[in-house]
Amino acid sequence: MRTRPVPYLAGAGVLLVASVLLGVGVGALPLPPGPVLATLADRAVRPLGGSVDGGLGPVQAAALLQLRLPRVVLAVLVGGALAIAGAAYQGVFRNPLADPYLLGAAAGAGLGATVVIAYAPGSGAVPVAAFVGALVGVGASFALGTAAGGSSSATLLLAGVAVASFLAAAQTLVQQRNAEDLQQVYGWLLGQLGRASWSEVLLVLPYLGAAVAVLLVCGRALDVLAVGDDEARSLGVHPGRLRLLVVVAASLATASAVAVSGLIGFVGLVVPHVARTLVGGAHHVLLPMSLLAGGAFLVLADLLARTVLAPAELPLGVVTAFVGAPFFAALLWDRRR
Amino acid sequence: MSAGLEVTGLGVRLGRTQVLTDVALTAGPGSWTAVIGPNGAGKSTLLRAVLGVVRHTGTVRWDGVPLDTVPRRERARRIAYAPQLPVLPEGVTTRDYVSLGRTPHRPLLAAPRAADRAVVEETMARLELAALADRVLTTLSGGEQQRAVLARALAQQPQVLLLDEPTAALDLGHAQQVLDLVDRLRRTDGLTVLSTLHDLTLAGQYADRLVLLAAGRVVADGTPAQVLTPGALRTHYGARASVVTGPDGPAVLPVRD
Repeated sequence: MRTRPVPYLAGAGVLLVASVLLGVGVGALPLPPGPVLATLADRAVRPLGGSVDGGLGPVQAAALLQLRLPRVVLAVLVGGALAIAGAAYQGVFRNPLADPYLLGAAAGAGLGATVVIAYAPGSGAVPVAAFVGALVGVGASFALGTAAGGSSSATLLLAGVAVASFLAAAQTLVQQRNAEDLQQVYGWLLGQLGRASWSEVLLVLPYLGAAVAVLLVCGRALDVLAVGDDEARSLGVHPGRLRLLVVVAASLATASAVAVSGLIGFVGLVVPHVARTLVGGAHHVLLPMSLLAGGAFLVLADLLARTVLAPAELPLGVVTAFVGAPFFAALLWDRRR
Repeated sequence: MSAGLEVTGLGVRLGRTQVLTDVALTAGPGSWTAVIGPNGAGKSTLLRAVLGVVRHTGTVRWDGVPLDTVPRRERARRIAYAPQLPVLPEGVTTRDYVSLGRTPHRPLLAAPRAADRAVVEETMARLELAALADRVLTTLSGGEQQRAVLARALAQQPQVLLLDEPTAALDLGHAQQVLDLVDRLRRTDGLTVLSTLHDLTLAGQYADRLVLLAAGRVVADGTPAQVLTPGALRTHYGARASVVTGPDGPAVLPVRD
């Protein structure tokens, strides 16, 4: 059992493509998959002087390229990044309950975004502030954890708890002092992709791409770390250095995702667990599986978020939590037995 | 003289506690040395110091070379370690777990090469794990898991094998199976074995040398017959026992008043 990961990875890839087609196709203006693919192929070959027939009409093509596609692409990036970061955190801390927001990333991003919304509204600086806030949160956790107890993972987790509660308290204070911005802050905190555009995709792609590439490359090394620090050392690995590299990459992926989507919960926690039940715990398979499955999951969750009450939108974080929380409860139930 | 494992003047301090003081021992190539001693004597710490994962004073040499001058990967090709309570990763097959032993021989981030896979298959076959290769490690029995941990260590193709209580979780039959296996391997491969063993009779039967630690110091060092004496057991273990001579060395027999 669990020795043939390739079919599962291929299956997740197919699921991702199918959910992307579904995600761009469903809405007030339905876009069938055939013409969608023809339009995309046409756009791809046009710079080479070719053309593909059977595409969408001009209005539909504009809706596809300017509205649906950037949103779906961003959902793939954010969902994949959160899921692979969650799998990496769970591996590095050998803790099934770890998630990408564990080390103060969420609280830091929340504080950054709230400050901008409250004191510099309309400046467009929310993504940058959230990104910087997330990195500051993780950096503070790491500095505190290292000062308190070297590179042991338990100390680092506790430092994360301390930093996160401090930043969350600061965020609550700023929010309470600026109650008129409450709705906007909440809208951000609950996660959304409604304002997605190509510029946001381009904004996060370099950081996100680099971080995800590092994580994918580190899969084998994470497998070594899974046997504990002493044994990892006996196998010639520096567990502290490796943990630092993986945490930095996972935090960069998380910060990039948070910057453009707000705080979308449960993807980073739940998707790696589902992936683990399918392909096992070996990280060189688990990480790519989480990436693909996380992308597909968030596209489908966003589809629900914008169709259930259309034309109104549900906050994306609420949808993922509605799906994620019962799953998480079942996971705990299963562990208890 | 320089061949084998030589430990001189080894001291370990953990916090304010001096765990080991001026420990010296030598283990020739292909020998089996068992570290014995009461709970808390520092046996596991001694093994971890030899492995180089706890800060220590003094020197550990292998073939005359001080090991703290050897890069970590290089060291991992010579010394393998099986801890008392190995961390068994969840949801990983026996084969993937044993493959971890190839880590010091291959680039850290790359997939195992054909040569690595061949070593893994061969090691699993020797330890009768081939049929369990695709099973998830955490679903194996205690004895099978212990064999898998041993296989992971042996896949490192080490010259020295450090075993911390390899039989702690096993019943007598499985304990003997594992110890027989280690004995066979050290005879065929010339492995130098340094192990802790809490069962004194088994230690006397399998090791050719015993080192008795008490309160972090070596208090006796020699053949099983030299070290296992009623006097030593009374002094260092606070135990009432007589030592009878069995067919394969001294056997420790607890007695009541």
